[in-house]
Amino acid sequence: MAELAIKGGLVATPKGMLRLDIGIDRGQVSTLAENVDAESVIEAEGCWVGPGLVDLHAHLREPGFEWKEDITSAALAAAAGGFTALLAMPNTNPPVDTGHVARYVAERGNQTGMVEIRSAGCVTLGRQGLALAHLDDLIGAGVSWFTDDGDAVWDSGVLRQAMEYLAERGCILAQHAEDPGLARGGHLHEGAVSSRLGVAGLPAAAEELVVARDLALVRLTGCRYHVQHVSTAGSVEMIRQAKAEGLPVTAEVTPHHLAFDDEEVATLRTDFKMYPPLRSAADVNVLRRALVEGVIDAVATDHAPHAAHEREVPFEEAPRGVIGLETAAAAVNTFVSLEPETFFERLSERPAALAGFAEQGRPVMVGNAAHLVVFDPHAEWRPEVFRSKSDNSPFRGRLLRGRVKATIFSGRISHLADVAAAIRPGRGSSP
Amino acid sequence: MIRHLLTTEDMGREELEDLLQLADEFVAVLGRDIPKVPALRGATVSTVFFEPSTRTRLSFEKAAKALSADVMTFNPATSAATKGESLKDTVLTLRAMGADLLVVRHAAAGAPWQVAEWVDVPVVNGGDGAHQHPTQALLDALTLRQRFGKLDGLRIGIVGDIRHSRVARSDIFAFNSLGAAVTLVGPSTLMPGDLTGWPVTVVSDLDAALPELDVVYLLRIQLERGGATVFPSLPEYVRRFGINRERFARLHAEAVVMHPGPMNRGVEITPDVADDPRSLVLDQVRNGVAVRMAVLFRLLVDGEAAYG
Repeated sequence: MAELAIKGGLVATPKGMLRLDIGIDRGQVSTLAENVDAESVIEAEGCWVGPGLVDLHAHLREPGFEWKEDITSAALAAAAGGFTALLAMPNTNPPVDTGHVARYVAERGNQTGMVEIRSAGCVTLGRQGLALAHLDDLIGAGVSWFTDDGDAVWDSGVLRQAMEYLAERGCILAQHAEDPGLARGGHLHEGAVSSRLGVAGLPAAAEELVVARDLALVRLTGCRYHVQHVSTAGSVEMIRQAKAEGLPVTAEVTPHHLAFDDEEVATLRTDFKMYPPLRSAADVNVLRRALVEGVIDAVATDHAPHAAHEREVPFEEAPRGVIGLETAAAAVNTFVSLEPETFFERLSERPAALAGFAEQGRPVMVGNAAHLVVFDPHAEWRPEVFRSKSDNSPFRGRLLRGRVKATIFSGRISHLADVAAAIRPGRGSSP
Repeated sequence: MIRHLLTTEDMGREELEDLLQLADEFVAVLGRDIPKVPALRGATVSTVFFEPSTRTRLSFEKAAKALSADVMTFNPATSAATKGESLKDTVLTLRAMGADLLVVRHAAAGAPWQVAEWVDVPVVNGGDGAHQHPTQALLDALTLRQRFGKLDGLRIGIVGDIRHSRVARSDIFAFNSLGAAVTLVGPSTLMPGDLTGWPVTVVSDLDAALPELDVVYLLRIQLERGGATVFPSLPEYVRRFGINRERFARLHAEAVVMHPGPMNRGVEITPDVADDPRSLVLDQVRNGVAVRMAVLFRLLVDGEAAYG
């Protein structure tokens, strides 16, 4: 008799997807069998059950911007979206350019009891792009992922220094690829829509220029390199070639870049403002294919909360970024429809391995930590209400297919979509 | 449903001609000894201009007064906007004070659409970024109709900084709906990057284009933007795209010159051409009042919006 069982689902095991019951005790998977009895039961008929999702790219806004989000509200949003681990971006205030801020973020994550959080570190002091951040101090605090996300590390000399340093320490340099000159004054993808609106755009070349330059530096330094929120067909092609060449290169794509093209921005709704911007329909098709093929390693949300009053302004004055934790799994399932094995690989196994979450993203097997998601790939819903403090979602009101039914963190239920229907007392419980 | 005037892109010929016809009637009203009618007595029109303007704001206010409406002028420089009050709070405040229609100009594209979502009264786009300026297109069309009888078949060349021009973006779609053929002339750095879906042809040689045009519509070079990165020098622009006496002579005898103002005399147009009888610049200004009367009348009287 287990404490908790997930019954009837299609389970991501080391041998592939199998229809099994999962028993959970003391935070671990204790049984995998055709029939498991438990004190509490989550019915998972028709659902995929696999490792909890892992996000390589979340802006938790704490410390410094708690009116947009804090680590507790982000943890609630993460659990609602099926996530059990988050990599926090370092553009907080103060930024994560020293070890103690990284420790604070991870510690606050642990306190929530809903999600494991590691912090990325800044590449440069204060994200200024001039001098290296306290890299050794950050590495000592457990940081293995470095980015000035929000801005590119633009100066090639500074970037080369950082890459040489991080290569020796086995860390990853993750780049927000955006050429500041080509992006200057731009608010959306440069194309027919921006021309019609008379608003300056960011050309695809603003991203591709940086990726091309960075790959040359990867060849020079051997540093592990990750392209954040890749958005253009040209970038995908360069990443494909770099991988074929054997370079230590990986990439992520966001759900919104998989779902929407720049036509969505024609109405100038600020819930569609993000950098990189939504690209052309041709780019979107290439991104979808690249995710299926594995040229793009992972889905990452770029969860970027902004409060309502900050977004009720003209598009050009609105802050960049949209939330994504609560809709990521559904959006990917709606717009790309991956096989379940690939789904868990791109949203859990691969990102966990890249970010260094040792106990996350593991296939379901006895003895593994019970960080699990129960995902119904057929359920249809429209996101209207969010656990995040902010609701700047481009998916608000859209019909999505696939819903997180339950999330389990360390053997405990961190989210249930529909409490009454999803869970029932098992046979062992007393009335 | 509340009606607004936000863009010419979705205005059909019928809607445009209706407004032009009504404007013709207001042209007659403005020619009377007492150029005023009581049509909008009791209504309040508020001009909310976050960018500087001479003719558009004054022309809207003159139009409102000629219809006997009251006018509430919002001036950002002397308002709580200097204390950081948002656009949304500003327009909600004006509405709460009794504004029955808002004319909004803003440096950011799309701002009038947002205002239209926030308030429950008609909104007129008085110019948003480089996006749209629909009443300019109406007054330009009215001016051409007066001169040529109709726009059908007219060959109109719009010259200069198309990329940053809300006038061009409004004129192109209105002129096209009314049957004119629009040619864009200018350096590639001042052309929009992607003209997919625009009913235009593009040329870069002004001198070759001139004899084929009935109308040369000059756009203002926005000197305040600093031309340095979009063309090498101002003299170079003047040499390639400025209209002077020699170029004016290449036009056929009936052809006219237009400009939305304010003009940079000596840049896109030489003073002698600007003041030539075939320059319609002041007709455009005059017609601006009548056209805006037509717009205010249609939105406040004929629209389903109640006021008072």
